[in-house]
Amino acid sequence: MALKFEVLGRFNRARAAQLTLPHYLCQTPLFMPVGTQGTIKGLTKNQLEEIGCQIILGNTYHLALRPTSELIDELGGLHKFMNWPRALLTDSGGFQMVSLLHLADITEKGVTFQSPVDGKPMLLTPEESIQIQNRIGADIIMALDDVVRTTITGPRIEEAMYRTLRWIDRCIAAHKRPNEQNLFGIVQGGLDPVLRDICVRGLVERNLPGYAIGGLAGGEDKDSFWRVVAQCTAALPEDKPRYVMGVGYPLDIVVCSALGADMYDCVYPTRTARFGTALVPEGVLKLKHQAMANDIRPIDPMCECMVCKNYTRAYIHCLVTKDAMGSQLLSYHNLYYMMKLSRDLHSSIVEGRFPEFVCKFLQTMFPKGDVPEWVCNAMEVAGIDISSCCHEMKV
Amino acid sequence: MKFAVKKGWSNGRARSGVLQLGSCPFPIQTPALLLTTRKGLPPFTSPDLLTSSLPSPDSHLLQFSPLHFLEGISPKTISNIGGLHQMLSLHQHIFAAVPRDSIIALPEHDSTNKYGASFQTPGGRLLIKPAEYVELVSSMKPDFWVTLADEVPAWVSNKRNRTSVDRTLRWLDDCLSLNKESTTIFGSIVGGSSIEERHRCAQEVAQRNVSGYWIGGFGLGESMDERAALLTAVTDNLPEDMPRHVSGLGLPEEVLQGVAAGIDLFDSTYVYHLTLGGFALTFPLERNKGENADYQLSDSGGDGMKINLKATVYRKDTSPIVESCICFTCQNHTKAYLNHLFNVHEMLAQTLLEIHNTHHYLGFFCSIRKAIEEGKFEQFRRNFVESRRDRLFAAASSA
Repeated sequence: MALKFEVLGRFNRARAAQLTLPHYLCQTPLFMPVGTQGTIKGLTKNQLEEIGCQIILGNTYHLALRPTSELIDELGGLHKFMNWPRALLTDSGGFQMVSLLHLADITEKGVTFQSPVDGKPMLLTPEESIQIQNRIGADIIMALDDVVRTTITGPRIEEAMYRTLRWIDRCIAAHKRPNEQNLFGIVQGGLDPVLRDICVRGLVERNLPGYAIGGLAGGEDKDSFWRVVAQCTAALPEDKPRYVMGVGYPLDIVVCSALGADMYDCVYPTRTARFGTALVPEGVLKLKHQAMANDIRPIDPMCECMVCKNYTRAYIHCLVTKDAMGSQLLSYHNLYYMMKLSRDLHSSIVEGRFPEFVCKFLQTMFPKGDVPEWVCNAMEVAGIDISSCCHEMKV
Repeated sequence: MKFAVKKGWSNGRARSGVLQLGSCPFPIQTPALLLTTRKGLPPFTSPDLLTSSLPSPDSHLLQFSPLHFLEGISPKTISNIGGLHQMLSLHQHIFAAVPRDSIIALPEHDSTNKYGASFQTPGGRLLIKPAEYVELVSSMKPDFWVTLADEVPAWVSNKRNRTSVDRTLRWLDDCLSLNKESTTIFGSIVGGSSIEERHRCAQEVAQRNVSGYWIGGFGLGESMDERAALLTAVTDNLPEDMPRHVSGLGLPEEVLQGVAAGIDLFDSTYVYHLTLGGFALTFPLERNKGENADYQLSDSGGDGMKINLKATVYRKDTSPIVESCICFTCQNHTKAYLNHLFNVHEMLAQTLLEIHNTHHYLGFFCSIRKAIEEGKFEQFRRNFVESRRDRLFAAASSA
């Protein structure tokens, strides 16, 4: 174990904590931007530090392809390669393979696929995934899991869940740097509470430094989504970090935090920036729209980021989709927004005003009171009274 | 605007000077480089990095084309925001408006007519008339702007060339009379490859009430050899104590040629093109450096002036682009990381490289100024050109 997790404040299931990793002292809940290939689209390390990024995610699949994990290792690890002084997390490479590669196939041995470089048949085993991640050197590494989309039904889900448990043992055995890198297990089991429960118990038995809730954020309906998160957070140990992979939208992060999750990652903020969309408290702002051409307000008048303090919607409008600078500025703002959300979640829990924060968040996003039902149901389970924001409850 | 040639520092026609313009609290030393921008901001360097990672005040001179703004944002909105400095939040920077930017606003002499100048842009062909141009410029409130010109390439007929001078002079007068506010205007001088026309245009413009001169029509097909005489044909007819700005002279040797002819301000697309191609400037900035044996000439795709960061020889190179460089990129990142970023087509590659290349090229201009002040400009220029030739020769023979 190479981390410390100390809860500093709670509200029912929600918790704010200090997560001490080899390279950085983090505060949860936190969002991790995705720096796929060892960089976050166009932003320098100084800008990322300014924005408040604590942990950045690197994709093992991409990095193993270019520049290769051996090269990264030879040059002293990914931190040194990127010159990133804070924390890093790498995924197992499995998800990308399955989603990006045409002919990927999963067997007991591992993930077989065609090399995108030369078409040769290749195999990513749990052992190989951990070895690659050991070479890359991130603070947190992920076990290779057998991930299936939640939209699939049938025996495949059960097969995947049991295989994930068998593979975790292989990952643990292959892990050569447990004192410097934290291996997180990933809970699978689709939308089936029985399978999820078996998986949680199996992973918890292995006494890992942290746990992720996987297999979500893939198109399942929101009602199923929150229930799986709720079930898993209830069953996972209190004193270890819980990471919901692939989440996501600010609303989802607030709900999951209310239910007791601590860490999140998603390409959404940076990806949507490249399409000209900014994240704002009310939801999103589409800078491409003609209405923005004459709007001389900042993207978000309450936002303190460099972009909002200096630029108008009209100017960003004339940049987006035409000049790289447009995506750079929007990525900066969107990440700032996500990190501010993380800081607000942490501080509101620590300072004992989490329910007020949640209500204000929902009121701003749903001024007409039309908070989605799934959010209302989730908040009820989380024990947070949001009746002041919900139209149906206001009688 | 205030401009003064430093007395006693001139070497032939080359001169060093000091420029003071409204927005920038620091005086700018000339000869100076204007940075290329896209809609007012550098192509890859975001504004916070522009102010934090590039030398001040050298990096405060920015050139932009008003034509960039024609689609996407209206002059009225720019006015409402308060002008360019407010819109870009670069209050201490100097913005020079020049219609032509050699990348996305290229003069189309075939379509230019008596009504206006035509430009080829990513949005198609644009015809801009003096009145529209003045309206655009007045909504933006740049620190100085150049009058609309009819630039023609070197190979046009004498008749077409003469017409371009006549038109440019007429548009100059139009711009001056349409200009309601007291703004700083540079009169445009063209004349193509004809010494007589260059004389004529320069003499005419020198009689107008302008604050400086913009010399256009270069970088459009003339050879470097014929250019020297054309440049002096212009500068010899201009008053000593007014600034001269030229576009289209981008490469270091071309800049040196311009300095030798008495030019003070240069806008150049050299840094932009290098950055796009993955090339990093490495030539020594200090004069009288001997041959450097560590230029890897044949396998790096470099030539002693610059290196190609995409070359596989840099895959594991943990040194910065230039060991002694104090730019953000060299202080924080390695050639190996940049090589990787270029190979995976990440935007950060261009951001980091533009910072280094801009820093380096500004350093080159600093060396030029130093050489002029020490009375050694001609020697500096000779050394530079000769050592470049030697390295190219060595690279060619070892290939």
